[in-house]
Amino acid sequence: MARRTSARRRPRRNGWGNPIVYLAALLLVGLMLGPVIYIILGGFRTNSQITVDPAGLPHPWEFGNYADVLTSDTFWRQVTNSTIAALATTIGVVVLGVMASYVLARYKFRGRGAMYALFAAGLMFPITVAITPLYILVKNLGLVDTLPGVILPQIAFGLPTTIIILVPFLQAIPKEIEEAAAIDRCSRLGFFWRMALPLSVPGLITTGILAFIGSWNSYLLPLFILNNQDTFTLPLGVQSFASQYSVDTAKVLAFTSLSMIPALVFFSLFQRRIVGGLTGAVKG
Amino acid sequence: MQAPPPSRARRRGIGWAQRLEIAALSGPAILVFLSFVIFPVLMAAYYGFYRWKGFGVPTNFVGLDNYKTILQDSAFLAALWHNGLIVVLSLVIQGPIAIGLALLLNQRVRGQSIIRVLIFVPFVIAEVIAGTGWSLMLQANGAVNGILRSIGLGGLAEDWLANPKLALWSLMAILTWKYIGFAVILFLAGMQNIPEELSEAAAVDGASYWQTQRRITLPLLAPTIRIWAFLSIIGALQLFDLVYIIWGQYVASTAGTSTMATYMVTEGRNAGNYGYGNAVAVVLFVISLIIALLYQRFVLRRDTDGALTGGR
Repeated sequence: MARRTSARRRPRRNGWGNPIVYLAALLLVGLMLGPVIYIILGGFRTNSQITVDPAGLPHPWEFGNYADVLTSDTFWRQVTNSTIAALATTIGVVVLGVMASYVLARYKFRGRGAMYALFAAGLMFPITVAITPLYILVKNLGLVDTLPGVILPQIAFGLPTTIIILVPFLQAIPKEIEEAAAIDRCSRLGFFWRMALPLSVPGLITTGILAFIGSWNSYLLPLFILNNQDTFTLPLGVQSFASQYSVDTAKVLAFTSLSMIPALVFFSLFQRRIVGGLTGAVKG
Repeated sequence: MQAPPPSRARRRGIGWAQRLEIAALSGPAILVFLSFVIFPVLMAAYYGFYRWKGFGVPTNFVGLDNYKTILQDSAFLAALWHNGLIVVLSLVIQGPIAIGLALLLNQRVRGQSIIRVLIFVPFVIAEVIAGTGWSLMLQANGAVNGILRSIGLGGLAEDWLANPKLALWSLMAILTWKYIGFAVILFLAGMQNIPEELSEAAAVDGASYWQTQRRITLPLLAPTIRIWAFLSIIGALQLFDLVYIIWGQYVASTAGTSTMATYMVTEGRNAGNYGYGNAVAVVLFVISLIIALLYQRFVLRRDTDGALTGGR
């Protein structure tokens, strides 16, 4: 996995290359970003502008839609709920994941293979299949309409990917380091804390980001678990806002663009990790 | 060197201390995983044998009746057909386009990293946001038709979402937009792992650009393509969010975009037939599992060493 960054191809000469490539790239980027730009600009228009000319630019620019959303309690409550759910999911996935991965990577015991297979098999279990029983389970635990009711299943469903990514990191630590640490009277747990954790930080970051974005965007699970508007996360909020204000397209667009910003900021901060994590995870 | 080396016994067998560590470290993950993944999946299989409205303990055991109903239910079969189409079309549409784009971007391009970030944006945006935006753009009086009219192609304007002849193609367009960035990034990463010496050697031997791509890049990219195809197939089989968000209002089944997962949710949660909905979930799971295992067995064998089925 470490190879992929170092193997990045560098142009040897400083030329600009083929202009057709730039044209095609520009077109591609335009197609990809077009809808996003439409959503953002749409929020700066009025409904009559949208009705009269659905594809036009804002004229004049209307800031009221964004101002309304930014001053609404609903929006900020949903931002808070999404943030709490995503952070708790991330912490849970990473902490539980790295502990289990450490055991899988560095302990020899009977049932180790079975344990790895169990988690790996989890990759094949989509949350869709389990959603009704999950809802019932969460209901029996009294967690419906609470964020922990969303967080716990998200942690559980995030574990397989996390473990698959982290086990190789922990296995890659040479046995000699562990033996040297043992000679220096460092217990296995001490080794975990002082050596294994710091050495697997890149893996922890990747899995953490995947968990965070997955949680931030997740829809099906919150749809089942959260029925009370007060506990809505942003995806549910966007949808309910869109159906509630279905005639007020401009405001829906403003709400939608604002709810997209955190994920985009987060993504652009960590894009290298995300892309690397995805490609690395897939290649094993 | 004042400390003695660890005793032999401790190294060989598993001491109590070590067992305790194993339990303490992996226990929480196993507990959460068993409770919230394995147990619900098993319960789905169990509920699938009952006619059950979702209240209390299911008592009306109907054996395989739900499954018989599913296989005769034209709405389910339509959903299954849509899933099949989406699987095939995703591979056929996204694969070649993504490979082409990756080849294009794999050349000398200034600002390649920025381009990569930008084409990845749709993949990172939440399904809800993509769905809301696209449904506004594609509706009869939306932006897509607006653009068509403003460039004098008003005759092509359509109700892209509600017209059953077009809805599935609109869905494919949205899916391509949403997921092609992922494929391109994956393929680019694959290409950039191919040692440059190979293309250089080919160039020395007088191979043209296309010969090099066809004989060297594409064959060496094959493992990446196979993994992408696997992820794409599984994703297409389990497609839910986008369809449910966009077509929930039009009822996906009449628009011709229903999938097994949306069918499951409309039957199970919205219509209250929880037993039946769970049976649908089991069918969805079994189909995905069979396809995944066959794919692993016959296509991925060379690539993964069974990473997904728990090897190593």
